[in-house]
Amino acid sequence: MKLDSKIPDGPLAEKWDKHKFDMKLVNPANRRKYTILVVGTGLAGGSAAATLGELGYNVKSFCIQDSPRRAHSIAAQGGINAAKNYSNDGDSVWRLFYDTIKGGDYRAREANVHRLAELSVNIIDQCVAQGVPFAREYGGQLDNRSFGGAQVSRTFYARGQTGQQLLLGAYGSMMRQVDEGRVMMYARREMLDLVVVDGKARGIIVRNLINGKIESYSGDAVLLCTGGYGNVFYLSTNAKNSNATAAWRCYKKGAAFGNPCYTQIHPTCIPQSGDYQGKLTLMSESLRNDGRVWVPKNKGDKRAPDQIPEVERDYYLERKYPSFGNLVPRDVASRNAKAVCDEGRGVGETGLAVYLDFSDSIQRLGEADIKEKYGNLFDMYERITGDNPYQTPMRIYPAVHYTMGGLWVDYNLMSTIPGLFVLGEANFSDHGANRLGASALMQGLADGYFVIPYTLADYLATNTFSKITEDQKEFTAATQEAKSQITKLLSINGKKTVTEFHRELGKIMWDHVGMARNEKGLKYALKEIPKLRDEFWQNVMIPRDGDSLNKNLEFAGRVADFLELGELMARDALLRNESCGGHFREEFQTPEGEAKRDDKKFTYVAAWEYAGKDKKPILNKEPLKFENVHLSQRSYK
Amino acid sequence: MDTNSKLTLNLKVWRQKNGSAKGKLADYKLTDVSTHMSFLEMLDVLNEQLIKQGEDPVEFDNDCREGICGMCSLVINGVAHGQESSTATCQLHMRKFNDGDTITIEPWRSKAFPVIKDLVVDRTAFDQIISAGGYTSCRVGSAADANSLLIPKDMAEKAMDAAACIGCGACVAACPNGSASLFVAAKIAQFSYLPQGKAERKKRVLNMVGKMDDLGFGDCSNHGECEAACPKEISITHIAIMRKEYVKAAFS
Repeated sequence: MKLDSKIPDGPLAEKWDKHKFDMKLVNPANRRKYTILVVGTGLAGGSAAATLGELGYNVKSFCIQDSPRRAHSIAAQGGINAAKNYSNDGDSVWRLFYDTIKGGDYRAREANVHRLAELSVNIIDQCVAQGVPFAREYGGQLDNRSFGGAQVSRTFYARGQTGQQLLLGAYGSMMRQVDEGRVMMYARREMLDLVVVDGKARGIIVRNLINGKIESYSGDAVLLCTGGYGNVFYLSTNAKNSNATAAWRCYKKGAAFGNPCYTQIHPTCIPQSGDYQGKLTLMSESLRNDGRVWVPKNKGDKRAPDQIPEVERDYYLERKYPSFGNLVPRDVASRNAKAVCDEGRGVGETGLAVYLDFSDSIQRLGEADIKEKYGNLFDMYERITGDNPYQTPMRIYPAVHYTMGGLWVDYNLMSTIPGLFVLGEANFSDHGANRLGASALMQGLADGYFVIPYTLADYLATNTFSKITEDQKEFTAATQEAKSQITKLLSINGKKTVTEFHRELGKIMWDHVGMARNEKGLKYALKEIPKLRDEFWQNVMIPRDGDSLNKNLEFAGRVADFLELGELMARDALLRNESCGGHFREEFQTPEGEAKRDDKKFTYVAAWEYAGKDKKPILNKEPLKFENVHLSQRSYK
Repeated sequence: MDTNSKLTLNLKVWRQKNGSAKGKLADYKLTDVSTHMSFLEMLDVLNEQLIKQGEDPVEFDNDCREGICGMCSLVINGVAHGQESSTATCQLHMRKFNDGDTITIEPWRSKAFPVIKDLVVDRTAFDQIISAGGYTSCRVGSAADANSLLIPKDMAEKAMDAAACIGCGACVAACPNGSASLFVAAKIAQFSYLPQGKAERKKRVLNMVGKMDDLGFGDCSNHGECEAACPKEISITHIAIMRKEYVKAAFS
């Protein structure tokens, strides 16, 4: 496999403008002749479908939920970054670019990240025009706040529901195109395969989740906007339906998978309370603006938090990182929480939690002020835990939240399969080894509103497309394959439920491919995951109804794919003999316990290529060139 | 800190094989339910037991389990999303129940939301209402600088109050008339507060209300059940705003 990142020539800040001019266009009258299949309706998929419909393409949009408005982008709380410099505190496109490259621990492409920073300003304009009710100041201007790891206030927000409001904006725009007849909506459909004809992505196979029928759709390009794979860990902050199946099946059809080991563990989540737990809930890290993180100084101190005097508390982030304090990037905050809990200083019933304490801020700003900023988050915390955070500190613990890895794409967001574009969290491209807070929403919308309209047009204008029908052999073969996998799953009739397998996989992943990894653990995972996978195919038990709504059957297919993806993640993590961003290998750390990169050996993207069933995947490398920033050891002291 | 205890529950759950089949309440007994569990985790435990016994699990819609996606949709003891106020089903926890309780669980019941299976209903009618006008028609790439439009803080806050709707449909399920007025009014009110919504103001309210009527939702007769059931505390005053907007649009 040859990887060509297709990064345009020229100075960094001029690349995107130049490229936009160099790319070919599709005549407005010809656009309706092209059918574009968009899978997923989150910020990336929703904004792409809306924009392409508006331009006049014939768009078909697919989602697994009952409505496109439910995609998991909706749960993003904190905000969206943009280099507007409305706060006059020294922000610029260059600074957002620099912060994102540095935050990603120098494992992202300069050109992609700079484009993202450039487009960030257009996103805010677009969303305001849609009627997104961003927070405002009394004078009517937009309000900004600083957010995890940034020293400028560049984050725009709508209470703690920024993702919801941005998604509803994109959803509204998309529904306008549905009304215009340019977007056809197919809800409750799960993509099971990609159809490749003459080397180009030309269609998809989906399962209608209501009646179990396998359906085929053909088109001229496929946009995969299906989010990340955090649910490989079973417990994560992802929605229950979030999964990697569509992306994984594309991988098996020839799309390279980039940096699968880069996962982000979010520092502020509500700790697990029992085995029955189905998911973890994130508390926005905006809380770290006003909350102070601490644990008792002494091991095993089981006193209630208000019984522990100030001198016996360790505000460890403020102590270790005086200039960033509680606002260090996510990976640093998460690892430190794990470290203090590993030392036996964790709090709560399980000892796997640290305090996030608002009492100083409440004293300084008043309860009303805190309530205005975080009221809905405090309410949510109380509903779940039964504790009132106005009176007692929150208990928080890190949880899997986001996956920086994903399908490999070039500068045009195209995968290694021509005609298969990958947008948003599903691709690997912009966040390197660690994503900064409030940057996921930015990337999803930049890809959908402002990048894909240009790069897709160029692809369509520079390629020829043979006439195809949904009953030709490539479609019938893929349909047959999807059907036979379902038949096989239903026929196993074993003794263990899908959830039991998923939970076991999650435990292996969390213990050995999680927040801190080492060679021994990764080798163990590489031995155990295939064993569990074999057992799954021998012993899974699924309610035997393939012709109607059967969520266990849906989950079985997803867990089957997670059981393969988990192995690739461990393989990638084992190969990367360095620590960078969210990938922390215990063998590679500085004397202070920070991530220690090996730039000589690992300044590359690991793009894995499927080699066939039971064969070792092939590693391809895309070297990362840094021409504009100087690689340095990240320091937040 | 909240303490953990165990409950024994008698569940009466609506089972219906598909849209055309006749449904009925089935009885299940569940023991050792931790009070830390969420309501949906309790149903997960029930389903694991049913699968192990070779029975079909209870199908119910859910996704984010953080009270924001609007997918969960259960009528619990006759109340949409249960007795706990301003709480979606997924955020309801078992500490709100007592040992020995009988809990009845049913789907949303409304003509416009037909049952698909068990507790799962079809809410595409809501998408159709939004596609009739729940947006501003602004082309991508054509927007002016975001701060060129000044919106007073209180107006932005009011718009946000309305925009907080998660589209779950509890308002419809709770309404004796099966009206979608609160859902429609929340969207119309959001745009009525904002300058961005002005250009299409009349068309929006006429089309969205017209679509709501076409889809078989009932009329609003001011019961206020919708507001009581709403997990996001969307105020019924938005319905007054919708009416004002409608009258202004219809008679001008």
